[in-house]
Amino acid sequence: MLGKLSWAAIPLNEPIPLVTGAVVILALLAILAWVVIAGHLSYLWREWITSVDHKRIGVMSILLAAVMLLRGFSDAIMMRAQQAIAFHSQGYLPPEHFNQIFSAHGTLMILFVAMPFVIGLMNLVVPLQLGVRDVAFPTLNSVGFWLTATGALLVNVSLVVGEFARTGWLPYPPLSELTYSPGVGVDYYLWSIEISGIGTLVAGINLVTTVLKLRTTGMTYMRMPMFCWTTLASGMMIIAAFPILTATLAMLILDRYFGFHFFTNEAGGNVMMFMNLIWAWGHPEVYILVLPAFGIYSEVVSTFSGKPLFGYRSMVLAVMAICVISFMVWLHHFFTMGAGPDVNAIFGIASMIIAVPTGVKIYNWLFTMYGGRVRFTTPMLWSIGFMITFLLGGLTGVLVAVPPADFLLHNSLFLVAHFHNVIIGGVLFGAFAGYTYWFPKAFGFRLQEGWGKAAFWLWLVGFYVAFMPLYVVGFLGMTRRMQHYDVPEWRPWLILAAGGAFLILLGIICQIMQLVVSIRHREELRDLTGDPWDGRSLEWVTASPPPAFNFAIMPDVSGMDAYWTMKQHAREQGLEHDQRAYRDIDMPCNSPTGFVCAFFATVMGFALIWHIWWMVAVGGIGAFATFVVFAWRDRDEYVIPAAEVARLDRVNLEQRRAALSLVGSV
Amino acid sequence: MTDTTLAFAQGEASDLSVTGRSAVAHSGPAPKRIVTGYGFWLFLLSDIVMFSCFFAAYAVLVGQTAGGPRGSQLFDLRNVAVETGFLLLSSFTCGLASIAAGVRSQRWFQVAMAVTCLLGLAFLALEGREFSGLVARGAGPTRSAFLSSFFALVGCHGMHVSAGILWLMTMMAQVFAKGFRADILRRLLCFALFWHALDIIWVAVFSVVYLLGSAV
Repeated sequence: MLGKLSWAAIPLNEPIPLVTGAVVILALLAILAWVVIAGHLSYLWREWITSVDHKRIGVMSILLAAVMLLRGFSDAIMMRAQQAIAFHSQGYLPPEHFNQIFSAHGTLMILFVAMPFVIGLMNLVVPLQLGVRDVAFPTLNSVGFWLTATGALLVNVSLVVGEFARTGWLPYPPLSELTYSPGVGVDYYLWSIEISGIGTLVAGINLVTTVLKLRTTGMTYMRMPMFCWTTLASGMMIIAAFPILTATLAMLILDRYFGFHFFTNEAGGNVMMFMNLIWAWGHPEVYILVLPAFGIYSEVVSTFSGKPLFGYRSMVLAVMAICVISFMVWLHHFFTMGAGPDVNAIFGIASMIIAVPTGVKIYNWLFTMYGGRVRFTTPMLWSIGFMITFLLGGLTGVLVAVPPADFLLHNSLFLVAHFHNVIIGGVLFGAFAGYTYWFPKAFGFRLQEGWGKAAFWLWLVGFYVAFMPLYVVGFLGMTRRMQHYDVPEWRPWLILAAGGAFLILLGIICQIMQLVVSIRHREELRDLTGDPWDGRSLEWVTASPPPAFNFAIMPDVSGMDAYWTMKQHAREQGLEHDQRAYRDIDMPCNSPTGFVCAFFATVMGFALIWHIWWMVAVGGIGAFATFVVFAWRDRDEYVIPAAEVARLDRVNLEQRRAALSLVGSV
Repeated sequence: MTDTTLAFAQGEASDLSVTGRSAVAHSGPAPKRIVTGYGFWLFLLSDIVMFSCFFAAYAVLVGQTAGGPRGSQLFDLRNVAVETGFLLLSSFTCGLASIAAGVRSQRWFQVAMAVTCLLGLAFLALEGREFSGLVARGAGPTRSAFLSSFFALVGCHGMHVSAGILWLMTMMAQVFAKGFRADILRRLLCFALFWHALDIIWVAVFSVVYLLGSAV
């Protein structure tokens, strides 16, 4: 009846996951109870859960990422604490628990923090920057987000029901095969990633179609803001890379569930094929994450330097070059496979070449700042912190791209330090910059600067204190994923690293404080102009938060930095468009399809993990039925009458004018 | 991107604002039908990437028979030829259904879709018979890595055809209940693309797996 599921799945004798799980469940129940009692449930359902508005979906996606960041970070601090303690001792985490923690940390941070964070920002901003009303497929967008949430949910359910994978964030066979991992941990991993992978693919298709087919009048390719270019590149890479992940994990699923021999040691299976396939996804994946972050830095640096982006076309070229080359370097993740010097040399050289377009970008940002009137706001601080940190991470990357050096450093903590250096310094700093930069657009008030700057400095210093020691112990020969050790030379460095993780914790607390303080003082931080940073691209044309339809009239773009050009015109010629031709606007209706579909996907995923076959059928049929119901609806759009559009637009224009004259009088 | 766009992108932003408007090549969002079709093409590309992984795995593992049978000992080319005939014919009738939808003929649309469905089912039946025959002969997917990759690749295509048939029947019911609405026509366009893409995949399966496999 319940497949492999029994009471033994609940870790009653392990206090850490049990207590954590209980606290999380209680917190969730408390939030749910508050929502119901305070009567917010119907608002949440109408305005958020069933919303197909790209801005709302973007915000929810970022919220998911933020919550998962807390979970992933608690894993991180547990590991740092364990390695600080576990010298000549077992520490406080038993090996099987420690292994689950490092696996969950990687999985969560890449797939459920970084991915939803950048996809959320792209969702929120790109349609606004392109001057359009929504993404190409709004309902599908909602489905994609909720499927990602399903994946995240399943990973976290594994904390309390059963176990998570002990294989690392990429489940290398033969360890991940049934013979060596008979439990449900790897299955949790596989189904979570398969389901959320569909969500990511949908987001990729949506964003690429939006960029290529929906841009407003006059928004030619070479006038698009850089963030749109990087979104395009990232979306194309999602479309090309994520199916590889789906296929590879499907093969592992076939091995585990039906006794196939793709990656087994027996009957001719090929273990190294898994490494090749998974990294053919995995390497593009890191660029899928970092390219949008590059786009964010481009926007931020240009805005806060008060200058157009230096070398726009070279930047476009660099983005597209990375888009292609990133598919040609996957083998550098396993130079030690023994492919021979020729193969290793080719991939080593390709890996070094990919540093060139990235270097071009760094110079572009530097020259954008050069001669500009730079404002050191929080997003700008994150960007400058990024330039220095990422440069360092890039250089250690070029070091491990040399095959002989890699033979020494493979799987050492040097490598761990390297990829944290580029992912934290590149992706996460970018996500934080974008979060601070676009927060006023999403909510109509700015984030408080003081707490934001404190968070930045704690994160920056904490990062260096946490990860520079790992480069050192890497050179001292420490391999990754060690539950305990007995080399005295490593210990001081690992204690120092734990201190760094603690500093980052303080940084995260500052970020939470920043959000709380900003919400409490939102009236003082209110932005009525819709353009708090003196921005350059079209998202700042409209109100903050933008109306559901984004733009009362579709903008007509006549140059790069579209909004900047408009503002220049208005200043020079003193002209204000009072004569606006408003029209009725068709907007897509909200739909619970995404949420209901994800509910059934959760049921199905859970059932597949525990081999509850009747429940698999229920989930599958439910998901299909949801789509049929969606396809059968007769009304898919509602009309906002021109008069209403005009009213909203006038309110916005008046507020904006009043706010601007206020600024002028001060 | 047109040459005009590129040419204008060379200039300064300030110049563009003066002269740009007349020469701008981009005239705003594309119509819905184009957008939907485009998005679905992107999905198909991603699907083809997924198939290419299974093809790659097959190519890597084709020699790994673990002492078991090779392709040439297992494949019945006549059966495969009939299968191929069914599938290609179903693409033809699917095209007829598109034409019927184009002229809004409910009757001929339903007939053409029903024939497409039957041909697809016949294809699946033959594939199912082939698979069960292989398993009965002890050449199931667990026998060797070669057979694992064979079953996964061909089976993945078969799963797509099954999903396509489910979609096909849904579309028949929908057109019957709602008629040729604009959104339904867009879905039909996507369905037709999907069905034809399965044919393209099958041509590759037929050539790489069966034709090349029978030679070894």
